[in-house]
Amino acid sequence: MSDDQITIEVDGKSLKANKGQMLIEITDANDIYVPRFCYHKKLTVAANCRMCLVEVEKAPKPLPACATPVMDGMKVKTRSKLAVNAQKSIMEFLLINHPLDCPICDQGGECELQDLAMGYGGDVSRYQEKKRVVKDKNIGPLIQTDLTRCIHCTRCVRFGEEVAGLREMGATGRGENMEIGTYIEKSVNSEMSGNIIDLCPVGALTSKPFRYSARTWELVEKDGIAPHDSVGSNIHIHIKGDRVKRVAPADNEAINEVWLSDRDRFSYEGIYSEDRLQNPMIKEEGVWKEVDWETALDVVKQKLGSALESHGANQLGVLASPSSTLEELYLLQKIARAVGTNNIDARLRQVDFSDQNSVSQFPWLGTSIADLETLQSALLIGSNVRKEQPIINHRLRKAALKGAAIMMLNPVDYDFNYPVETKTIVAPEKMPMELAAILKALIETTGQSIDEQTKQCIDNIDITDAHRKMADKLANADDAIVLLGNIATAHPHFSLLRSLAGLIAKHSNSKIGYLSEAANSSGVWLSGVLPHRLAGGVESTNVGLNTHAMLQEKLKAYVLMGVEPEMDCWDSRAARTAMNEAELVISLTAYRSDEIEKYADVMLPVSVFAETSGTFINNAGSSQTFAGVVPPVGQARPAWKFLRVLGNLFNLDGFDYESSSDVLDEVMQSIGEIKTNNMDQWQSPTSLEPASNDLQRITEIPMNMIDSICRRAVSLQKTADVSDGAIHINTALAGKNNLTDADNARVEQDENSVTLKVVVDDRVPDDCVLIQAAHIAQIDLGASFGSIRIAKA
Amino acid sequence: MTETAKTILTEHTRSEIDVWLKKYPEDRKQSAVLAALREAQHQNHGYLTTELMDAVAEYLGMSNIAVYEVASFYSMFETQPVGRHSISVCTNISCLLMGSDDIVEHVEKKLGIKTGETTADGKFYIKCEEECLAACCGGPMMMIDHKYYENLTPEKVDEILDGLD
Ligand code: SF4
Ligand code: FES
Ligand code: FES
Repeated sequence: MSDDQITIEVDGKSLKANKGQMLIEITDANDIYVPRFCYHKKLTVAANCRMCLVEVEKAPKPLPACATPVMDGMKVKTRSKLAVNAQKSIMEFLLINHPLDCPICDQGGECELQDLAMGYGGDVSRYQEKKRVVKDKNIGPLIQTDLTRCIHCTRCVRFGEEVAGLREMGATGRGENMEIGTYIEKSVNSEMSGNIIDLCPVGALTSKPFRYSARTWELVEKDGIAPHDSVGSNIHIHIKGDRVKRVAPADNEAINEVWLSDRDRFSYEGIYSEDRLQNPMIKEEGVWKEVDWETALDVVKQKLGSALESHGANQLGVLASPSSTLEELYLLQKIARAVGTNNIDARLRQVDFSDQNSVSQFPWLGTSIADLETLQSALLIGSNVRKEQPIINHRLRKAALKGAAIMMLNPVDYDFNYPVETKTIVAPEKMPMELAAILKALIETTGQSIDEQTKQCIDNIDITDAHRKMADKLANADDAIVLLGNIATAHPHFSLLRSLAGLIAKHSNSKIGYLSEAANSSGVWLSGVLPHRLAGGVESTNVGLNTHAMLQEKLKAYVLMGVEPEMDCWDSRAARTAMNEAELVISLTAYRSDEIEKYADVMLPVSVFAETSGTFINNAGSSQTFAGVVPPVGQARPAWKFLRVLGNLFNLDGFDYESSSDVLDEVMQSIGEIKTNNMDQWQSPTSLEPASNDLQRITEIPMNMIDSICRRAVSLQKTADVSDGAIHINTALAGKNNLTDADNARVEQDENSVTLKVVVDDRVPDDCVLIQAAHIAQIDLGASFGSIRIAKA
Repeated sequence: MTETAKTILTEHTRSEIDVWLKKYPEDRKQSAVLAALREAQHQNHGYLTTELMDAVAEYLGMSNIAVYEVASFYSMFETQPVGRHSISVCTNISCLLMGSDDIVEHVEKKLGIKTGETTADGKFYIKCEEECLAACCGGPMMMIDHKYYENLTPEKVDEILDGLD
């Protein structure tokens, strides 16, 4: 390394640099400002704007700092007459065709062009000729284009190619006619597309939902943590008055680098949805009535008290959203346990809990987020990581581009924006068998021994070259991981997938990790919102009912926190039925909906993200605390405050918290150290059932349907990543049933049937029916996986 | 290659593209994009459609937009429907000095259209702004389809245009 160290001189200061670095990297690292438009530290160097011209001794003309490699002894002047004149001339060129419409431009006030024009631009334009005008393109619901303002830096184009892995923007035409755009009218469709808003140095690409709703200098910037996946991306929340106006990424190299997923960027619109519940409401003889909090609390105390008294605490079920804060989760379970129930859970989209005792402290990613980049091999089981955890996918993509073998075992042929080494697409029922075959191949190649029970299990399985290849790629990599995704977690035989995945990891010397679903999936485990574990992962002596059992058993009373059971649970029909038949449903909810109004008895308006302080623990075990930055809508209050008061109303001990940080201190004390290991006690597989011949249902949760906030974020709802309430079947199955695109099909599960549209979708394997959850049309069907029947309607 | 590229690009077009593909390494298929677009344009009587460009993208394993970029950059590609015969009168410096303005004017008057337009019968198209075609010693000159005609006079232009079917 030291051989590579050289010394250069910039503006009279001597600076250390490494060979091969570009000049601008050194000046940036040393706080010497060089103006730029096209250079961006996360993108390749294009050197097309020429704004970064500086004087380099012995060079005959100014050189672009972003594309000039440093050399030992190089002497650079960034502010000399030559440099500044060059920069000024470039500025004059750039402004020739720029409309100078800052007063009506959303970028005004945070525009790199505007800033630099102040520093380098002339007062009066010498250009008298006609300026060119570029017609705006409609590139979808999220990004507004004003392409006359474009300065052709190509950052947006390079982002597509290099980061999104999907080249949608391009520079068409030539010379004066060159235009940035998609050429044909189309929506840019990346799950990370919003980042080009930040990248664009001018106002050519701005946020469509934000458009014309505030001037940037009126905005106050606060820090926050993104609430929709288990990554915990750092965000800046931009506020005007008491409203969130915009969300942008905050730099954190260890987590989201400089990026943000579209879901985390645009979900804030859900805060101001018309569905927001403004006041506490109680149902009296079937009629909803707005009340004040005091009355509502009395009603809760009285109704809950009498339900507990007449049916016992075992008839109370408590369900929480896994995107609740750690403090809310902790208090909720504290109350539940204090009133005598262990029926508490936030694992809503899971059904197989049989090995829940063997999990370590919490299902951990298995590595740090940044280290995903240096993996040599990864096997993903049941995961559409690109849409589910876009930032994690971005790290995997970087690994793949460096040559890592990323392999998939999935029930749907999802599209990935990097080369996938091998993929096996099978019906959910066949997934365990595939894993067993990989395990067998692994044992064969490595010659390791395994326990007798497992051996018997896998003895008669046929293995193919694909299995051998996957086994080899894992076994021969220095750094490999087996990752279980959201679909694996929802699988009816999750425990079997888990034990097989664990064995594969063990015998290939790979890590094992989980891609968890929600912002606080880890916090759910650590705070004890589980029927079998208390806060800190301590085993509970009494084990309560898990989510699925709570719904199946149709309890007398439920308390819901941020959950719309019919949308969020594994068995939507069971959830709806349980709610409708319960005597008492108390819903802590930010939103009202026809469904909630039907089954709930009390609706308490609670805050959503940005309105409440709290803590999320991400998939990698980092705990991140954030403040509430805007007042809640209407009479809504942070759930932790309500829970504190409720604890006191029930005369429970230990509810005298003054702030959410008191609560946090208490949770953290019971957690102690967050243990990032997955040293789970694997159960060996006992048997592998052969697949049935039935049609199989597969359920996915489209990216923007994941929680109640996203479902109400209007612009996100206009994207492609929402539920369509249709059945997706492949051409062969459609043919067999005499169905074509847009036909209606009668779809049956158990004894329930609904009519749904048909979408012919060849990503779905034979004899499977893909349905997107959280859509009103399919609630009555029920279980996320299992047998299903279809016929022409 | 998938089915779409196959159905949209004719067998002849594909075999012509394949000749070019052989000249480049296996993982550098995009090198053949200019040749491929030329063939695709030829198959469609002188202009490219989005469909054709998408098919070329698919055939060469490029993103669609990358093909649009190339097609829209080079003036030898047309991305809008144009007449069967494409007339490019050079108006660059040598030709200009030799009177290319009169030639342009004559062609326009004769065909009753302006530069950039196509005749109503779809027979002729006068292309915009052609740069030096590297036949300066024969200026004024024009190119029709792929053929050069030099030392033009209005009479000569009449003769040439009348001779086309
Ligand atoms: S739209 Fe913005 S980011 Fe894209 S090339 Fe133009 S100025 Fe650069
Ligand atoms: S920043 Fe160096 S040329 Fe654009
Ligand atoms: S100027 Fe016309 S051919 Fe060169």
